[in-house]
Amino acid sequence: MFGLNSKDTSLLLVVAVLTLLAPFILNPFPENSDLAQFNAGYPDLMQRFVIFGIFAIGFNILFGLTGYLSFGHAAFLGVGSYAAIWMMKLLTLNVIPAIFMGIVVAGLFALVVGFVSLRRSGIYFSILTLAFAQMSYALAYSVLTPITGGETGLQIKPIDRPLLSNLEPGEIGRANLFGIEMGNSYLLNVGGWQFTFNAGYYIAAVVMLIAFYISIRIFRSPFGMMLRAVKSNQNRLNYTGLNSKPYTLAAFVISGMYAGLAGGLMVAMDTQVGPERMFWTASGEVVLMAILGGVGTLIGPVLGAGMIKYMENILSKINDAILHQWFAFMPDGLENFKVAIIHPFIGKGWHLTLGIVFMLVVIFLPGGLVEGGQRIGRLFRRKKRKDKPSPDATPAE
Amino acid sequence: MEAIVLQVLNGLDKGSAYALIALGLTLIFGTLGVVNFAHGALFMIGAFCAVTLQRLLSLSHEVVDETRTDFLGNPLKVDVPYLADWFGVDAAQSIINWSVPLAILFSIPIMIVVGIAMERGLIKHFYKRPHADQILVTFGLAIVLQEIIKAIYGANPIPTPAPPAFTGSFDFGALIGMENIIYPYWRLIYFGFAMVIIAGVFAFLQFTTFGMVVRAGMADRETVGMLGINIDKRFTIMFAIAACVAGLAGVMYTPINSPNYHMGMDFLVLSFVVVVVGGMGSLPGAVLAGFLLGILESFASMGQVIDLLPGINQIIIYLVAIVILLTRPRGLMGRKGVMEE
Repeated sequence: MFGLNSKDTSLLLVVAVLTLLAPFILNPFPENSDLAQFNAGYPDLMQRFVIFGIFAIGFNILFGLTGYLSFGHAAFLGVGSYAAIWMMKLLTLNVIPAIFMGIVVAGLFALVVGFVSLRRSGIYFSILTLAFAQMSYALAYSVLTPITGGETGLQIKPIDRPLLSNLEPGEIGRANLFGIEMGNSYLLNVGGWQFTFNAGYYIAAVVMLIAFYISIRIFRSPFGMMLRAVKSNQNRLNYTGLNSKPYTLAAFVISGMYAGLAGGLMVAMDTQVGPERMFWTASGEVVLMAILGGVGTLIGPVLGAGMIKYMENILSKINDAILHQWFAFMPDGLENFKVAIIHPFIGKGWHLTLGIVFMLVVIFLPGGLVEGGQRIGRLFRRKKRKDKPSPDATPAE
Repeated sequence: MEAIVLQVLNGLDKGSAYALIALGLTLIFGTLGVVNFAHGALFMIGAFCAVTLQRLLSLSHEVVDETRTDFLGNPLKVDVPYLADWFGVDAAQSIINWSVPLAILFSIPIMIVVGIAMERGLIKHFYKRPHADQILVTFGLAIVLQEIIKAIYGANPIPTPAPPAFTGSFDFGALIGMENIIYPYWRLIYFGFAMVIIAGVFAFLQFTTFGMVVRAGMADRETVGMLGINIDKRFTIMFAIAACVAGLAGVMYTPINSPNYHMGMDFLVLSFVVVVVGGMGSLPGAVLAGFLLGILESFASMGQVIDLLPGINQIIIYLVAIVILLTRPRGLMGRKGVMEE
């Protein structure tokens, strides 16, 4: 189906079903239970899942296929965001032109940066991309303030009158898709559960599915094969008389466009931008996402993005009071001891947990969560038919 | 002319810090072939050694001072450092004031232990893995170390002043026959200290048998191993030395900038740019690029330059890095075939 083989089709369908049913899946606990804080089914977080999923998918097309580690990918996300918000401020509050503009501008920017940076490889390439991203960040923060709003960033303000909109005087424009506002939600109450179906989330989810489909096609195409050849041995590729530069540049631009798409969607959801979106920690975050999930695999980056955003939002919400509540059944001394032990890993310390998990993954599971899943899968399969060696020993992608 | 001298001087302290961190990074890369993203964290740990020593020295207990009363008329409780009981009040105060220089002695054993633990415990297992994996695991380690420090010391910068004898500024211009060049003592000391350490590391590598073996190992690890020399052990010691260099850079930097938990990362990114500009694996290149970029940065922050090219002070380092990498592919003094696969 859709020009994919059966395995990829089923993967795409599984992802599609999971994304579309996410409001149910991410809300497994009733509203008033103690565990309700582990629910991730609220619109803001679900939007983040899919948007950062897109960002990580795009990053993976570059890093996973060509092996070029870009440490400045957030710059494209930021540029895309700025382009998108200007579209919304000036032209129309419909999100489609904004997202489209974000993709185009980020793609052009990636073309320039990639053209220069791809002249070097290895760590030199990483440093070049890092330098470009840091420069964009510093400029957005200082000199380009008229365009970027400097430290405060850009928001849609009451004085903004987009050309193609008929707002009342003083009314603040809201992002919409042909009249459907991004913030619109439909609440479904079933028993103790409350499920939120958010328009913005579903729009972002559909975009992510399309992005995911395109990335599968790229992975399976001759073009993707060529990128893999670049990763495994660029020298040998050059000796066959091929110029690999156009291929890597194309991968870089595509990956930059994915970042721009993510940036545009982000603006469509929250209608604001700040320069911190381009800071190098943001670039580092997408690297973490791709590695955690599994570099070079199709689904890995999405899983990684989901995991990091989940930890960021859920882990950081837990505080000492909640811990005390959980361990209340224990004797006081033990309770306080346990809370003291766990305290550094939660709330503001969630980065510590992230760092530890990340290190463990890099040390023991170089293939990320996907490899972990495969190992577990293989474990079960081996138990089933002990004497037969598994035929599909090559890692699935 | 005065302005130029002043900017060069201003660039020296930051340049010294860049040079010291970049030197350590290059040492590790040259010996072990590992790209250590946790090096900034070592710099930060050094700085927090100074904070810890300051706190240890000022550990105090409450004493009721009968001669003074608080606003309610009760006898006043005052905190008296234990040191004051042992050495007398004045001596104790001066010891506390000198905690930053004393922290140099305090931090060396700590940094050696941290360095050896890091190398033996973690990095040893990553020699055969790709560079990307090394970068990622040390990046994770840097996050963990930074968060541990944050959990212990909090997120706010902690002021750690220099000894009172060095807090002021002095008229540097008078020494060289110029006017209006006022320069803080401590920054000059920092520069001198950095020069001593850099010279020490180079002398150690150049003039001792140990250093000779290490240099031989850097050139051809396998052959040195075949000669019956335990090169791994020596490289571990070099890692500890590199950690020490970063730690000492951090200790001495505390009076210039109050240490906070993310100072390591702030410096790391720039130091990496410095290392790459200098050329991966080249020790003189790292030092040269460190000072060069530090001084350039301070020139770019001059008022006249900013008027001419607004925002240049923010981006100069990256701009220079891009230009150098594009015109000299291996940095200023890099060797062929390093980190290019």
